[in-house]
Amino acid sequence: MEARLVLEDGSLFKGSSRGARGEAWGEVVFNTSMTGYQEILTDPSYCGHILTMTFPLIGNYGINREDFESRRPFLRGFIAREFCQAPNNWRSVMTVEEYLKENNIIAMDDIDTRAITRRLREKGSMRGVITTEDTPFEMLLEKVRNIPGISEMDFIPEVTAPEMYTWENDGPQIVIMDLGLKLSIGRSLHNTGCRVTVVPASFTARDIMELKPAGVVLSNGPGDPQMAKGAIKAVQELAGQVPLLGICLGHQIIALALGGKTYKLKFGHRGANHPVKDLFRDKVYITSQNHGFTVDDDSLPKGLHVAQRNLNDGTVEGLQEEKLKIVSVQYHPEAFPGPMDSHYLFDLFLEYMKVS
Amino acid sequence: MPRDPMIKKVMVIGSGPIIIGQAAEFDYAGSQACRALKEESVEVVLVNSNPATIMTDTNMADRVYLEPLTADFVTRILERERPDGLLPTLGGQVGLNTAKEIAYQGVLDRLGVRLLGTPLETIEKAEDREKFKQMLQDIGEPVPPSGIVSTIEDTLKLAEEIGYPVIVRPAYTLGGTGGGIAKDADELQEIARRGLKYSLIHQLLIEKSVTGWKEIEFEVMRDSADSCITICSMENIDPMGIHTGDSIVVAPALTLTDREYQMLRSASLKIIRALGIEGGCNIQFALDVSSFNYYVIEVNPRVSRSSALASKATGYPISKVASKIAIGLRLDEIKNAVTGKTWASFEPSIDYCVVKFPRWPFDKFATADRRLGTQMKATGEVMALGRSLQESLLKAVRSLEIGIFHLELPELKQVSLDALRTELSSPTDRRLFAVAEAMRRGLSITEINYLSEIDLFFLHKIEQIIQLEEELKAQGKEGLGKELLSSAKYYGFCDYTIGQLTGTGEEEIRSLRQEYGIQPVYKMVDTCAAEFDAETPYYYSTYDQENEVRPSSNKKIVVLGSGPIRIGQGIEFDYCSVHASWALKEEGVESIIINNNPETVSTDFDTSDRLYFEPLIQEDVLNVIEMERPLGAVVQFGGQTAINLAEPLARAGINIIGTRVEDIDAAEDRHRFDDLLEELNIPRPPGGTAVTVEQAEKIAERIGYPVLIRPSYVLGGRAMEIVYDNKDLREYMATAVKVSPNHPVLVDKYLKGVELEADAIADGRECLIPGIMEHIEKAGVHSGDSIAVYPPVNVSPDLQEKLIAYTSELSRALNIKGSINIQYVYHENILYVLEVNPRSSRTVPFLSKVTGIPMINLATKIALGKTLQDLGCRGGLIDPPPFVSIKAPVFSFSKLYQLETSLGPEMKSTGEVMGINRYLPRALYKALAASGFNLPPHGNVLVTIADKDKKEALPLMETLFKMGFKIHATMGTALFLEEAGLKVERINKIREGSPHVVDLIHSGTVDLVINTLTKGKMPKTDGFRIRRAAVEHNIPCFTSLDTALAAGEILEELRMGEDPGVFSLQEYLASGGSYSWKMSS
Repeated sequence: MEARLVLEDGSLFKGSSRGARGEAWGEVVFNTSMTGYQEILTDPSYCGHILTMTFPLIGNYGINREDFESRRPFLRGFIAREFCQAPNNWRSVMTVEEYLKENNIIAMDDIDTRAITRRLREKGSMRGVITTEDTPFEMLLEKVRNIPGISEMDFIPEVTAPEMYTWENDGPQIVIMDLGLKLSIGRSLHNTGCRVTVVPASFTARDIMELKPAGVVLSNGPGDPQMAKGAIKAVQELAGQVPLLGICLGHQIIALALGGKTYKLKFGHRGANHPVKDLFRDKVYITSQNHGFTVDDDSLPKGLHVAQRNLNDGTVEGLQEEKLKIVSVQYHPEAFPGPMDSHYLFDLFLEYMKVS
Repeated sequence: MPRDPMIKKVMVIGSGPIIIGQAAEFDYAGSQACRALKEESVEVVLVNSNPATIMTDTNMADRVYLEPLTADFVTRILERERPDGLLPTLGGQVGLNTAKEIAYQGVLDRLGVRLLGTPLETIEKAEDREKFKQMLQDIGEPVPPSGIVSTIEDTLKLAEEIGYPVIVRPAYTLGGTGGGIAKDADELQEIARRGLKYSLIHQLLIEKSVTGWKEIEFEVMRDSADSCITICSMENIDPMGIHTGDSIVVAPALTLTDREYQMLRSASLKIIRALGIEGGCNIQFALDVSSFNYYVIEVNPRVSRSSALASKATGYPISKVASKIAIGLRLDEIKNAVTGKTWASFEPSIDYCVVKFPRWPFDKFATADRRLGTQMKATGEVMALGRSLQESLLKAVRSLEIGIFHLELPELKQVSLDALRTELSSPTDRRLFAVAEAMRRGLSITEINYLSEIDLFFLHKIEQIIQLEEELKAQGKEGLGKELLSSAKYYGFCDYTIGQLTGTGEEEIRSLRQEYGIQPVYKMVDTCAAEFDAETPYYYSTYDQENEVRPSSNKKIVVLGSGPIRIGQGIEFDYCSVHASWALKEEGVESIIINNNPETVSTDFDTSDRLYFEPLIQEDVLNVIEMERPLGAVVQFGGQTAINLAEPLARAGINIIGTRVEDIDAAEDRHRFDDLLEELNIPRPPGGTAVTVEQAEKIAERIGYPVLIRPSYVLGGRAMEIVYDNKDLREYMATAVKVSPNHPVLVDKYLKGVELEADAIADGRECLIPGIMEHIEKAGVHSGDSIAVYPPVNVSPDLQEKLIAYTSELSRALNIKGSINIQYVYHENILYVLEVNPRSSRTVPFLSKVTGIPMINLATKIALGKTLQDLGCRGGLIDPPPFVSIKAPVFSFSKLYQLETSLGPEMKSTGEVMGINRYLPRALYKALAASGFNLPPHGNVLVTIADKDKKEALPLMETLFKMGFKIHATMGTALFLEEAGLKVERINKIREGSPHVVDLIHSGTVDLVINTLTKGKMPKTDGFRIRRAAVEHNIPCFTSLDTALAAGEILEELRMGEDPGVFSLQEYLASGGSYSWKMSS
């Protein structure tokens, strides 16, 4: 069955349908990771996006029961050059195609993903529609041009945990505000011996402080950080009361809460090969990334220091505020998918928790 | 930190001759290193004995030493040059071993030379099995449990501890015999008993077997700030058990979940940190197929074959970056030359699939043991890129140039299903073909997986190829619609194969494709999966929607490369392609290289203006040319590969730059060539073409024995041979060839004369002859296996005149525009032409180097239309410089069990070295030392000489005897020598019982073997066993009396304590002074 992708610049790509039937729209982006499609598929930060994988062979090792990063995929569409029909891995239980159908995600392959990537690189992330219906091209294009931009939407209610839950442990308690949490963040902290409580994004600062946390984490999540009004307010109140760790969207929210600004990147950073220089350690780490917005360097208030930078484009990758005991990073120290090189970030946060 | 200001001068060690396991990848690595160091204003001194390399060109380093890579010679160069640092990690194992040896001898400390890149302790840790194990255990990385035992009881006890299956490796056996894998105690008892018997020191290494586990490699880099990155992961389609150099490899790893991938990546970073390497390293893992268990198998603390592959697979120049790191630069201070925007401190992401396929020598070595295991046997490799795995795989297969275009070997068609099963479980070079064949015959994927242990993922991909074959067959030419044809192209089928399967021809499929608009597109290798706009002009073809190439409107020309390194077509031709590309640039013409060998300099992305990584067959080459629309293609620099493409390209209307196709044909077609020689009145050895046995006999009788006989059409390994009588001839005709009107046999008079060779550059009128070489071995030994001497020593002024005249006349008659190579034999005062090659030859790099004449540069410019006169050159033979240069062959016999080692008309060498000095014996000494011959000044020599050679051998025997050698000989030779008054120790022939000749070699007392070939190459003869035993004990063995005589002269010279001295090539060339190849102005 044929599937089509239409971008707002009028590009049309035809391929084969490999997932659910229907039509979906979102911001079209690309990810350059060569492994980890299962984790990427279930990363809630892709909510509202149609994702193209640049690596052509996707689904080689199937889908297993363990490597999920959230309860379900939140992305709107998934595109690869070729989905593997006969995967093989000792943990595999189904093919990607089966998984996508089961979760009602529209997907396509047999399409020139490098051409899509080059288009996005040149023109920036674009709105797009993916469809298996036979809607005429002009109508699709009309539709694409009328769908709201990513900054006009709030995806957090869709992805956040409906209720609070806890990973028991003997150590100090960490509260994670779930803005679209990748489970590996919770797992990483839990593995350090902490008790980890995940709360919905609707929790206020007071709700959180009532849990008597030793530290609070603002998780990753989808969309424009400026739409996360509740979280920004919570951070403004929490700052100084309790050590804070921000990851990805959480990092941007911290910057905004403390008076900084954010802006949208042309086509974002999505992949497992981004070099980040830790300015304090004077060392380069390869990081896993997934973001379309970034913190504006020039907007940072006094006391909030740039601790890390991206070596490709110089953008801010990490912030530190010694006095308020705040550390935040734009990338994903929890890995899954991607390199585990920057796992030390969690230790830094734990240090803050110890001394407070 | 910017580069270390204390390092002003660095010495780089190359890897020496090409041997199996150490090929052109180190020329690529070394050339890149030299250029990288020069970029940082470091003075570069290079030592490498291999003249066929780009890295030993005088423009690559400030001083180039073409001297033997032995501790002694390297020390003397260090003493002379006093560099600040020594970079040992770019010259393969040879470079590393040499550096280790001189470090142990205290030379580096004494001279204050720093070892750059990899500390000495690290080299030790990676090389010494015990230290390696200890280091990994200290950092918590798993190694396969193992131990050394010497009794059956201990073996069983150890295996119980380790857990079955276990690998049994007897210590010190010959030819790797006696080992095996035991799945239980019963099997182990059996194997251990046998192994203990075979082990010369009665010892076994028992190791946990990981055969069948996934074999995964990582290329890792680290800088002085401890920043670490991985460049590329690779996965062997052949699981653990086959040497990675003999495995079919994909990049990136395709079957690992991110969890598995990151687990191994993290381990890699941990290991390179523990080793403290500043530069690159390669780490190999075995990963269980059904758990997260893994073992670290091997670490190479240097650039390697895999790092060259990783560089070409990703576009990331590992060697260049490693060199800069070695002099203090950090990853985030080195620009990524591919994107020109990002830094070297990132990990490449690729958006295609890479397949590396080894090229084995069994087409030439039919009798060698083809089974694959832990000893690498391939001489070279090809790489292919595509968007589907099948596309890459099929492109790789047709890049191999083994006469097939698809994953299908005709010879397996006749094999029984049981024999196929054996091919699957005990792999040879044919295994992947056997997999496909088994599928065609209906063997289940499950059974193939059980027998071969190849991952089901890969088997399913191959199955898709087989299914598509069936679909194509079923549809036939009538049913071949657009969709099916598109699909076949996406999966990498070539037009020829599609034609075969649908019952039509390649041309028809090509036009059908054009009709349907199914054309290849070209995508860029950019290190970043299109995330950044890259500047690299490095492309591969695929069947997808968007073509990225924008052909430039400048003048441009395609240079066809020479494909994989194989016996008979080595790195020399890559050297020629690279120089041709550079010469085009000098002329303001853009160069477009098409090649598929990942090891070479020609496929470095900055060698040409554009690089296309493609199979060198008609379809793929035409596709590139049709899109690029160049002025034409040059075919004379890519060996026989490129020459063979001249005719089909010309037929397709492509302009062949340089010598015309019809002239190439005149040199290659026997009849036309004979006519030409007759016309020019140039003699050639009498001979004829036979299509029946009787005809062959008749020709032989007419011209007289001995005759050189060969099939005009060479089937796998069916070789040339010299036959001495009618009986031999009949035997050859019965066993070696199938003679028929379609497959005639050539019979030529064998003239045992002096062999001479000329390389020349001609413009159609004038002919410049940079030099004539004389072979030490008489005609009958393949020119590639002969020791060549320049300038020649036995050429009289008259003969020289004749050589010049013939070479010039032939060049003019063949209308040569560029390179030509002519081989002559001088027999009883007559000069005969043996062969004319209307292209650059194997000896061009050597001759260019020692004459200082940029032969390829001139040839390229002439091919473009210039004349010698335009280039300021005169014609004729150039006066030789005042020094002697020797080119000597190097063999890889120790890697190829069961292979006959005696020299003959079929080429066997894998590489070459050179020696250079003012005096012939010293130059020869250096060449032999560089080729690994350790000539003993005295000791025991074992002599078995054929009757026909005895008289000629006597003076040598007398010399050796006088020098104090103790001579051991079998009856016949002994009697002859005793009669001449020499004292000889007699030794039994094998059939006379122990202790016999082979026992004597095994006992370790023999220092030198001289054995000339009698007859017959059957593995059972005494001669064969003597030669193999010598190879396995690494004892110099001369099978040609000519070589032995030359060696005798060296021994005498050595005894007089003459110092061979070390000088750079630049110094030698400067000493030439008065001689010139330029016209005086």
